[in-house]
Amino acid sequence: MKLAFNLAYKNLIGAGLRTWLNVGVLSFAFVLIIFYNGMIDGWNRQGREDTKAWEVAHGQFWHPEYDRLDVFTIIDAHQEITGTAAEYVSAGKLVPILLRQATIYPQGRMQGVLLKGIPHQQAVLELPTSVLQYNENAVAALIGHRMAKAAGLKVNDRLLIRWRDKNGTFDAIELRIAAIFSCDVPSVDNGQIYIDFDQMQKMVGLNNHATLLVKGTEEEIELSNWDFKNINVLLKELDDIIESKKAGGIVLQAVLLLIALLAIFDTQVLSVFRRQKEIGTYIALGLTRQQVVGIFTVEGGAHSFLAALVGAVYGIPFFLWLDTVGISFGNVDVGITIAEKIYPYYSIGLIFTSILLIVISATIVSYIPARKISGMNPTEALKGKLQ
Amino acid sequence: MKYIISTSIALIIVSAILAQSPAEIMQRIDDNMSADNRVIESSMTIHGRRNSRTITSISYSVGNEKSFTEYLSPAREKGTKMLKLDDRLWTYYPANDRTVQISGHMLRQSVMGSDLSYEDMMDDRKLTDVYSAEIEGDEQVEGRQMIILKLTAKVDDAAYYSRKLWVDKEYYLPVKEELYAKSGQLLKRTILSDFKKIEGRWYPMKLNFKDVLKQGKGTDWEIISIKFNTDIPEYLFSKAALKQ
Repeated sequence: MKLAFNLAYKNLIGAGLRTWLNVGVLSFAFVLIIFYNGMIDGWNRQGREDTKAWEVAHGQFWHPEYDRLDVFTIIDAHQEITGTAAEYVSAGKLVPILLRQATIYPQGRMQGVLLKGIPHQQAVLELPTSVLQYNENAVAALIGHRMAKAAGLKVNDRLLIRWRDKNGTFDAIELRIAAIFSCDVPSVDNGQIYIDFDQMQKMVGLNNHATLLVKGTEEEIELSNWDFKNINVLLKELDDIIESKKAGGIVLQAVLLLIALLAIFDTQVLSVFRRQKEIGTYIALGLTRQQVVGIFTVEGGAHSFLAALVGAVYGIPFFLWLDTVGISFGNVDVGITIAEKIYPYYSIGLIFTSILLIVISATIVSYIPARKISGMNPTEALKGKLQ
Repeated sequence: MKYIISTSIALIIVSAILAQSPAEIMQRIDDNMSADNRVIESSMTIHGRRNSRTITSISYSVGNEKSFTEYLSPAREKGTKMLKLDDRLWTYYPANDRTVQISGHMLRQSVMGSDLSYEDMMDDRKLTDVYSAEIEGDEQVEGRQMIILKLTAKVDDAAYYSRKLWVDKEYYLPVKEELYAKSGQLLKRTILSDFKKIEGRWYPMKLNFKDVLKQGKGTDWEIISIKFNTDIPEYLFSKAALKQ
């Protein structure tokens, strides 16, 4: 085996430019695979952390009738916070949120919104709700930057909001935009207005009622009449998007890898064709056909080791630089949780999987043309006759 | 002598009106506006920012529980039908042969881009069932004497907590109506005009609905023909009728 590696090394270095072209293409595929998957993993990690910080914390308890994908459920999906739930709410471990649909009229335009009542003193979510306690002249409201842009609103702007109370009677008051927050989670921002929980209860006539309770602690909490939704359920949409992006990336990576592997395959076919005398000599010297096949396979497979080394030479500084500056996507708003700057995340697992994938695939494509050697006539091969 | 007689008659009429209680005035408005059933062919003109468009329709309604509307023009809306049964509403779209139930927040959407929401169309209970009234005063509008009636909801589920009506003393129909939120915020205004006597009752043939919170000139609704208490086939008030 040592002989096989020595020969492989000498032959590869001896082949010069041909080897380095193969190694270059393979190393590019290697770096790209790690970069793409690192970027997706980085996006996933940031997306999950941001969604937890701004929206779901350690999970949510929903009213049994509430379905966030079905707005028709909002009107009836609320119940009184009693018993254990009330104790956890008092302790600040659960944050109650009451939802209602409403209509705003910015600049004379009619726009449907989701009105959310949340305690101004809550400290579980990163929403700057403390601004909601100042309701002197008009009810203080908090909105996200997407909502502000969509409705053309600025801090201290006033706008009229109309809603229906628990009995269906229209009511309307003026809101004052107390603050505009900026976050990467569109599902806490788009089409939503936050007001103080107590204020909201007064407005709709639902005293001590909530639609959902956000769990702000890791400890196990069991509540009757509330359906618990864990992080995996709440982040399923983000996970699904990430999975689909990964699947899409596989096609690109596979094409690039195929090009690199095709180059190795061609090199191997050429080697077996041009180095028949050498093959005959190996057999004449007493090597079995399988050992000769092994030498050629190791030689082809060694491209992947060299590619890993070359990839490391320019890939590691590149990845370290990206980890410092991040990848900026600007202010694109595509309706999914995506940070303004993504910092790729390269796990040990990702790096080893990528190395293993390239080494195994390079070895396989090296072995396939080398199999021809086992069918060769050693005498003819020694004479250099075409077989 | 003639002067004395006419003055006396006028005084009797005025005192008769003044003697009427707000509830009686409201009842007379209901008598004019409500019917066991009615068939209305109408046109609705929606004023947009750049242009206006007119939609004609025919509506069959029984009390305030059941109604069936078919849009007749323009071509784009022709064949669209709406069925209301109690508090449920379905719309049939011929373009894709689909019937959609409208509920929840969609009821707050405007009908065909007008100043009327589906909820407004569905809530047509009698005033006397929902409100208690008081007279706020008299006013002269375009040379006609009006009673200003303030209505306050006496039931919990009234869509509008209070209303203000300018009631014509001759026709017992409001010429203007303002709808208020619980907070006192004015939400909508309706102007009624062109009163005609149809089958023994006065009825406004032109209405302008305006969501005062929204920009624009509102929505004009003009009645082309109206029939009260006619025979309306029962099958119209079924979902099957939407696709016919």
